[in-house]
Amino acid sequence: MSSLSIQHLLGLHEVPREDIQLILDSTDTFLEILDRPIKKVPTLQGKTVVNLFFENSTRTRISFELAERRLSADVVNFATSSSSVSKGETLLDTARNIEAMKVDIVVMRHSAAGSGHFLSTRCTSKFINAGDGAHEHPTQGLLDMFSIRQKFGTLEGLRVCIIGDIAHSRVARSNIYGLITMGAEVAVCGPPSMIPFDMEKLGVRVFTSLPDALRFSDAINVLRIQLERDAGADFPSLREYRNTFGITRERLDAAGKDITVLHPGPINRGVEIESEVADGPYSVILPQVTNGVAIRMAVLYLIGTKAE
Amino acid sequence: MTSYLFKNAHIVDPVTGTDTQKDILIVDGVIERIDEGIVSDDAILLDLAGKTVTPGFCDMHVHFREPGFEYKEDIRSGAAAAAAGGFTAVACMPNTDPPIDNASVVTLILQKAHGLTVDVYPIGCVTKARRGESLAPMVELREAGVVAFSDDGSPVHNTKLLRTALEYASMLDVPIIQHAEDPLLFVGGAMNESVVSTELGLPPISRLAEDTVVRRDIAFTEYVNGKYHLAHMSTAGAADAVREAKLRGLRVTSEVAPHHFSLTDESVRGYDSNFKMNPPLRTADDVRAMKEALRDGIADVIATDHAPHAMDEKDVEFVYAPFGIIGLETALGLAVTELLLQEWLTLPQLIEKFSTNPRRILGLEQLRIEAGAQANLSIIDLGVQWTVDVTRFRSKARNSPFHGRVLTGKAFGIFNKGRMILSE
Repeated sequence: MSSLSIQHLLGLHEVPREDIQLILDSTDTFLEILDRPIKKVPTLQGKTVVNLFFENSTRTRISFELAERRLSADVVNFATSSSSVSKGETLLDTARNIEAMKVDIVVMRHSAAGSGHFLSTRCTSKFINAGDGAHEHPTQGLLDMFSIRQKFGTLEGLRVCIIGDIAHSRVARSNIYGLITMGAEVAVCGPPSMIPFDMEKLGVRVFTSLPDALRFSDAINVLRIQLERDAGADFPSLREYRNTFGITRERLDAAGKDITVLHPGPINRGVEIESEVADGPYSVILPQVTNGVAIRMAVLYLIGTKAE
Repeated sequence: MTSYLFKNAHIVDPVTGTDTQKDILIVDGVIERIDEGIVSDDAILLDLAGKTVTPGFCDMHVHFREPGFEYKEDIRSGAAAAAAGGFTAVACMPNTDPPIDNASVVTLILQKAHGLTVDVYPIGCVTKARRGESLAPMVELREAGVVAFSDDGSPVHNTKLLRTALEYASMLDVPIIQHAEDPLLFVGGAMNESVVSTELGLPPISRLAEDTVVRRDIAFTEYVNGKYHLAHMSTAGAADAVREAKLRGLRVTSEVAPHHFSLTDESVRGYDSNFKMNPPLRTADDVRAMKEALRDGIADVIATDHAPHAMDEKDVEFVYAPFGIIGLETALGLAVTELLLQEWLTLPQLIEKFSTNPRRILGLEQLRIEAGAQANLSIIDLGVQWTVDVTRFRSKARNSPFHGRVLTGKAFGIFNKGRMILSE
């Protein structure tokens, strides 16, 4: 099997097509392992992986941990509540201390954009970004792409629209970079106050009308509206958001075609997406979760076994 | 009595219109003679063939961090950095701890600076504790020795107070130096809002934060006939506003920092916090607008906004790093490389931006290179190529984005108060 050109997975921006192809293709193999009675292979035996989570996360952390354990890696978890960060230690000191305990791979979630870039230039471990601020969440981008490819057989020429708070979304950015590299046509849709500056220059179409966006799309990726975000800052109310941008059965029907529906989770039912859609026949939301473990196994394997 | 004889100096003085190659004899800090073939038995001889002698440079925007943050920089190390960069004078901003909002802090700074070869001129706060709530005692501060007022680091944003400050300071004939930024538009931002911030997912600072405040401030300045100096101008929109103000004859001046005419926000890719400052690095269009503003006299001054920080403060996640970079020891090289060699400025214009104009704006004595005048000189080498190495800086700080960059033009030394300091 060939190997990746990248040393770390910090994002999908400027990751070559061959690397993304390799990760997606390898994921098929790991997905098959997940269907076996004994879901474990010795691929990363003897390797130590640290999950550094400086921000709350349940599903991404569990998904990574399962992937690591199924590859037989030794796993250490570190979350802010149990860390020394609260005592005023810098990220760099925390990372260097953990590294001094001889780990091989660091999986990191952090609220600051670019924190992976920052550490990877100062530490010797392999880094996998599990989400950095509003920058990137590459394994989520990859699992979304994998799920779309699973449904359509290819990404080339497919039309994918990401809907919601694009400005604050690392999921949106990773999807945009990865999908464009793989030949998809990408659009975003949301209120203009949630679309970041000069978005078109990233090579995406921008819709502010949901019906137009749905008519464009073969697949939509519906972003979670962050309820904890200051309501009223970027849009007037959840009610108005739901009424204007909420994905409902009725709106999908009006588009006149079968649109595949993705959501990175966790879902706010009845806000950005209606239950009937989330649980409906065109939803791949649960397969996304399964694929997430396989994608992370593929990434851990390819990054972790890559020769220095 | 110490004498210096500078042989074969290329003397350029925009004030007297001098551009000649001659010898300069300095006795007890005063220029005694400028002529060809001067001979002296007891003078310290320095052959300046290939070097240019100009009126002493003045950086009207530095942060020397004393009192309060001496671990970042202090007046002594800051002055050493200024000398190494070719400056004989600096004006230091009042965001110290305590801030320069009463006479005792001014006196402290002047005492600390006493005896240094570089003149250090304090700038007083516009408002008490820089809180933007009530005016600092401007007359007291002026009498103690401040040369301007500024809340730099923060804007004077309260419009009622801004009006009062411009009115009140006008009787002292010193400028209000404004850090022009709308705090509501700025909040939480880390870099310029552009396709790069969109790509990097960093919290953006819109150019509107600067453009709108400059336009507003100019309206106030016109209304009360105030004296207004725009600190660290960085946007094309702000330059347009200053251009219009100058056309209408208002008492509005502006400065540009070297990083704003030599770097764009593309440099932020890589998340190196040495590219984080406020105002942030802008786009290529803005960089061009800054060069045009300097060429056209819209920007009167090149000022560094020298902002030292300790290594461990800067070596953190980009969004958590403090704003600011140091600039004293790279300013001349950047100006020569980016402006002089690219023919945006002539040499006399460049000297005006570094010496004549900042001194005029701050009301300092205008320097002349002629017999009988105090020798306050910068000695610069316009032809030398060198590689920026932060480990060799005189500043305590190392937070420069220009480490490793090859520049043309470097300070050779300064002469002030009868003393010479060579840069190397």
